[in-house]
Amino acid sequence: MDPRRASRTVSDPKIRQVGFFAPSPDRSFSGPPDPISTSTSTPNPAAANTSSPPPISDLSPSGNSLSPVMIPPPRHSSDTTYRPVPFPPASPLRRDTLSLTVGSYNNNNIIISSSPTASFYDESKGITVKASSVPASGLTTVSVVKTLPPGFTETIVEKVGGSVEMQNDLPANSKPLKERTSKAERRALQEAQRAAKAAAKAEGSKLPATTSGAVASANAKPSKATKPPSQKNDSATVASSEKKGSDRPPEKDRKKDAPHPRMQYDDKSRVEKAKRRAVVKQTEARNRVELFRHLPQYEHGTQLPDLESKFFQLDPVHPVVYKVGLQYISGDIAGGNARCIAMLQAFQEAIKDYSTPDEKTLTRDLTAKINSYVSFLNECRPLSISMGNAIRFLKNRIAKLPLTLSESEAKAFLQSDIEQFINEKIILADKVIVKHAVTKIRDGDVLLTFGSSSAVEMILLHAHELGKQFRVVIVDSRPKLEGQLLLRRLVGKGLSCTYANINAVSYIMHEVTRVFLGASSVLSNGTVYSRVGTACVAMVAHEFRVPVLVCCEAYKFHERVQLDSICSNELGDPDAISKVPGREDINYLDGCTNSENLQLLNLIYDATPSDYVSMIVTDYGMVPPTSVPVIVREYCRDQVWI
Amino acid sequence: DVVGLCDDGCRKVEGSRATAGLTAELLRSVISQSKVPATNQPAALIDAVRDVGEKLIAANPIELAAGNIVRRVLHIIREEDHSNARDAVEGFRLYVGGDNDYIVEQDHLNRSVAAQSSLCRPSLHALLERSPNSATTYFTATSEDDSEEKSKSLDPIARSLEFRRKVISAVNDLIEDINTCHLVIAELAVEHIHHNEVILTFGRSRTVKEFLCAAKEKNRSFGLFVAEGAPKYQGHLLAKELAARGLQTTVITDSAVFAMISRVNMVIVGVHAVMANGGVIGPVGLNMVALAARKHAVPFVVVTGTHKLCPLYPNNPEVSLNEMRSPSEVLLFEEFSDCMDYRIGTGAPQLHVVNPAFDYVPPELVSLFITDIGGYYPSYMYRLIADYYSSDDVVIQQKPAS
Repeated sequence: MDPRRASRTVSDPKIRQVGFFAPSPDRSFSGPPDPISTSTSTPNPAAANTSSPPPISDLSPSGNSLSPVMIPPPRHSSDTTYRPVPFPPASPLRRDTLSLTVGSYNNNNIIISSSPTASFYDESKGITVKASSVPASGLTTVSVVKTLPPGFTETIVEKVGGSVEMQNDLPANSKPLKERTSKAERRALQEAQRAAKAAAKAEGSKLPATTSGAVASANAKPSKATKPPSQKNDSATVASSEKKGSDRPPEKDRKKDAPHPRMQYDDKSRVEKAKRRAVVKQTEARNRVELFRHLPQYEHGTQLPDLESKFFQLDPVHPVVYKVGLQYISGDIAGGNARCIAMLQAFQEAIKDYSTPDEKTLTRDLTAKINSYVSFLNECRPLSISMGNAIRFLKNRIAKLPLTLSESEAKAFLQSDIEQFINEKIILADKVIVKHAVTKIRDGDVLLTFGSSSAVEMILLHAHELGKQFRVVIVDSRPKLEGQLLLRRLVGKGLSCTYANINAVSYIMHEVTRVFLGASSVLSNGTVYSRVGTACVAMVAHEFRVPVLVCCEAYKFHERVQLDSICSNELGDPDAISKVPGREDINYLDGCTNSENLQLLNLIYDATPSDYVSMIVTDYGMVPPTSVPVIVREYCRDQVWI
Repeated sequence: DVVGLCDDGCRKVEGSRATAGLTAELLRSVISQSKVPATNQPAALIDAVRDVGEKLIAANPIELAAGNIVRRVLHIIREEDHSNARDAVEGFRLYVGGDNDYIVEQDHLNRSVAAQSSLCRPSLHALLERSPNSATTYFTATSEDDSEEKSKSLDPIARSLEFRRKVISAVNDLIEDINTCHLVIAELAVEHIHHNEVILTFGRSRTVKEFLCAAKEKNRSFGLFVAEGAPKYQGHLLAKELAARGLQTTVITDSAVFAMISRVNMVIVGVHAVMANGGVIGPVGLNMVALAARKHAVPFVVVTGTHKLCPLYPNNPEVSLNEMRSPSEVLLFEEFSDCMDYRIGTGAPQLHVVNPAFDYVPPELVSLFITDIGGYYPSYMYRLIADYYSSDDVVIQQKPAS
């Protein structure tokens, strides 16, 4: 068990109130412990719990009863799959204490009882914590499952106006716990737990790193972590309550947390430096738009042949990374998820083939290596924010590698971590998003989408599989016309589609009932950073009072804020503007590209203000855009890289 | 021959100015060639013009400029008739000798007077003109006596020729106005475009081009974003022309309008038609631009000649005043022919393509109209319309069944 995790979830009642609550009748498991919780008494609880691969069958139509609720992911889902199981005799107190102490929570409600037989009554505090263990399930992203220890550590901070059964079990608990631990307390707790964990790791590192992929890493930790017993946590809690407020993190740390300023390409000296380091030889575009000098823009098509010719000389770049880079340049891999997965898999390969040079430590050298790969990929195409998050995760993993691990173990560890990231944060997250968003599609709906978003496509296809009757309007824009690809795929699957140019969006919006949009990133002020044109579509939808649902995996959330689409953006190939495929009659701009006065601007992204977004569908549930910073703070920051 | 001309002309001619010019010329020839009886000539002319106009409008109901010009010409005829009648009435009054309870024998005059009152009611010009006129005529009764008597003494045929000549010269003025309105508008450019401004425009409009070039010629340097205006991509053409004239031009996709508008000082667009409520019919996508401009509090300026002023109120303009163009402009048939099959059984096509030609921008999104007669706020449009059109002519097609 990972005590830190546990406490985090525990100390965070707030997050549960974020979303739209719609009590679902079958969420009844919360009271009685279920098989998983009982299984904690078995020596290896984690195996049951954290093995990530989600049962895909959960996504079947029957699973559709899922309530569109923003609850910590572990909860929904499992409900249907786990039957209540008689409570183990080890905790006979439970029923009475529950009824007795309801409402007696104070700010010490955090009890991490990590020993399997821990009673629910914690003497040291004199308060009762109801343990409702959270089973793993197919629907939850595993990352979240991981946060919940296999044991009972749980709070009831459920604020649910919820199901009857629920209320039976915790009559007064349905009120959110007012007194949540203060920030300082939590931080203190974390400190203590971090220490505990380090100790645990030191112990646990003796265990051979299991080889079975994702399960290995997930398993290793909880089983190790179960050892530091509860007193540690308790003392931490005590300490924290004593120290209350006294230990704010030093300013320095905070500063470090702030995202680095991006490279500004109008800063000549830095550009020069960067050029010297660059692997890819880029010719800068000649005729650049003054407003976008701070963004890199290169002659399209000049990099590819150059890079190809360098194939055998590129020492520092692993061939797989190299291949991915080429695919980025040529546009074979596009789309946030696809790019991120390709990059991570390339890193996985690269780590597999990596061997630490003599007199160097793996942690440092590998980080440097990854850095060079990243800068190479960045030269091929500017990294997306989601990729930045994934890289941060990986680097953190490398930095946190226990020194005691042997090289092969460490490599296996990292590989499985990456695997896990892909599975949990992307693939599984998409499934959860689909599950949530499908509840918002009703018969007779007319759904509008813009461009081609993988998440939206999955939602539409799943809704179609469920037999819902709806029509899809695909709005597309030049120059990429990605919507045509989506159109082809959807029509191929038998969906009824309408295709329109983005200019016709005001015309078509009259008949639309929902707008589903994908996103490249969601920034912490609620701004949705996405394919250019998304803002226009959202704006028109807002004007026509049509709800706008943005579907975005939580790993794409970022703490950065942005108000316009100019400060940070990506420039595409300007020549794509002047050519209109299939319209030979449109050739006004042929031969004008060298004109001094005429410039072509091909923006890739734009920023949609949060006012236009009704709801963001993410793997943590459906939240309003104002709740994005909550998710960023509570989940992304720590979970991504712990 | 006229009907054929109408049909041909209206379908082939694109652009409201070309349509307006051709319509006016066509009506001029109708007026000059029509064989109308000498008596009661204005009514006959009105009927003739209205007949042709009905056909013109029926040929292309979307091209509102044709209807506008027909109404303008009808208005001209009525005005001429009215001023004739007024002269006649005044002459007659004088003839009777200052006596107030005169009796009008002439049937024509009688109708004219009736028309006069109805005509004058909405028209500001007429209102202003009339009272001093009549006052002066009363005061200068004796001096004008001769001329009045002279015109009165002309025989009916000469008078009808004279009337027709006047109408034709007024229509010529109208044609002249249509052809030069962009120059007049362009003169106003310096008042609206400042140094170092960034201006965004959408699609292509000759008026906008002249407007911007005029500002450039006055040595105002400003940046310009041109949204290409899919699916016609007229923005490319405009950008090319403006770049050739030395303006710093940047072409952007339509989808990037929202991204760029935060750095734009003013949106200047040309439109297809201006409705009576101040709403605007423009190239498809214009509503999106207007909404983005409002979001960022950027003035949305419409430059337009008065011939685009339409006295109709838009009712469901997205549908009724729109035109669906070929899907091939949006989606290549060759690539999607395999998707266009019909679902077995239901017969419903799985793939629709929507490609409207026009967009309606409601008046609250328009900041200003710049016309050849000055700048106006959208809410003032109804007043201009009252000046240019006679209220009798708003509905040209009186019996749609026939």
